Amino acid sequence: MAVLEVKDIYKAYGNVEILKGVSFTMEKEETKVIIGPSGTGKSTLLRCINQLSPPDKGQVWLDGEEITNPKTNINKIREKIGFVFQDFNLFNHLTALRNVSIGLEKVKRIEKEAAKTRALQELTRVGLDAQASQYPAQLSGGQKQRVGIARALAMDPDVILFDEPTSALDPELIGDVLDVMKSLCGKVAMLVVTHEMGFARNVADEIIFMEGGVIVEQGPPKEMFTNAKLARTREFLGRIGALYGEEETGG
Amino acid sequence: MALETLIESLPSLFDGLLITLLLTAFGIVLGTTLGIVLATGRSYASRPLAYLILIYEKVLRGIPLLVLFFLLYFGLPQIGINFNAFTAAVLGLGLRSSAYQAQIYRGAINSIPEGQIHAAYSLGMSKLKAIRHVIMPQMLRLSIPGWSNEFTILLKDTSLAFGIGVIELMRQGRYIQVRDPDLVLVVFLLIALIFFLLVFTANKILRYVEKKYQMAGYQVEAHR
Repeated sequence: MAVLEVKDIYKAYGNVEILKGVSFTMEKEETKVIIGPSGTGKSTLLRCINQLSPPDKGQVWLDGEEITNPKTNINKIREKIGFVFQDFNLFNHLTALRNVSIGLEKVKRIEKEAAKTRALQELTRVGLDAQASQYPAQLSGGQKQRVGIARALAMDPDVILFDEPTSALDPELIGDVLDVMKSLCGKVAMLVVTHEMGFARNVADEIIFMEGGVIVEQGPPKEMFTNAKLARTREFLGRIGALYGEEETGG
Repeated sequence: MALETLIESLPSLFDGLLITLLLTAFGIVLGTTLGIVLATGRSYASRPLAYLILIYEKVLRGIPLLVLFFLLYFGLPQIGINFNAFTAAVLGLGLRSSAYQAQIYRGAINSIPEGQIHAAYSLGMSKLKAIRHVIMPQMLRLSIPGWSNEFTILLKDTSLAFGIGVIELMRQGRYIQVRDPDLVLVVFLLIALIFFLLVFTANKILRYVEKKYQMAGYQVEAHR
């Protein structure tokens, strides 16, 4: 059974239609990458999925439960949907460790010491156990993002949504974050909006190409990169590949 | 002779000081509690409620404290609401301070990136939990410098309660002056000194608190 099902999502801000009917499904532990030009609604789509900005029309199903139904307890659902933000959004008053443990303590109601132990495991997983007691302002961008990933992982989500996780990072810091994301492949379902073509090509099970609020084409990376059906897909992949250097970040 | 009167009067100044401190304590507790509620309400409550709060803030910041005291103590009994002078003073100080403090807290709330609320929601926190665990701790830390200011203003403004007959420091000084007019300069210099020392000590303590609770990387260096 699909872990995540997105059915015909529409979303407008004022008079501007952002999403015009987007549908796709994700299997357990699958990695899907969404690519497409800026302003196409990729980030909006992620926010529609975890209801940070609820869709105007359409349904989102998680684990067989319709979460767009107003009767569902959205807070309970969001525990199962991790979110990694472009600009990290760490809690500035908390150490790296507490950033990761706070959800366990205050939402999952796990006892403080147990939550900290679990949080330290997640920090170790992203290679930041040594930085556990540091505050966000004392971390580099790449470290902040890895804390952000650990924070999402700690909640043991069914799926993690990544909203351009490396776009705010200096080029030399991107690699660490992508390595962490690669290490999660096959362990948790990941839906990643990114311009990192190397990641898309080597890690994704499927690539979704979006433009103008709709899915233009989707398929396995091999097919999309070498044998896309539509000219528009080929053009975009060619241009973005040249721009972001798919070879260097290919890993 | 004059010195004798002064020494005899000292215990009454202590009594006055005690009332001044009580006015400050009750006033600041009321002002802070209400101020936090108002600021949170204005940032997160529904629109009509936020608008009511805005009006409250504007009105209370627009009225002189002494006028507020007179309204509470002399005015309200006309419509059947009676407070004793001390209570009226605490209410006046607290309500006015809440309007100013709400501004301080709202400024602090606005300086916290909105993304942190989204991050809190994404972890499954309700709005209330997000405010309590993410916004509140940061808001309070960021508000300490502004709050220190407000605290010392309130402390000094307790002296206006003299106007509605609260027997605080100022009123005790006035009694001594009436008993021996020659002491007026000495007595009010003494009262001035007491206020100064209170404010000075309070600022020292609050500066320490500010340093202790500041967030790493968010030091706001105040050069004083």
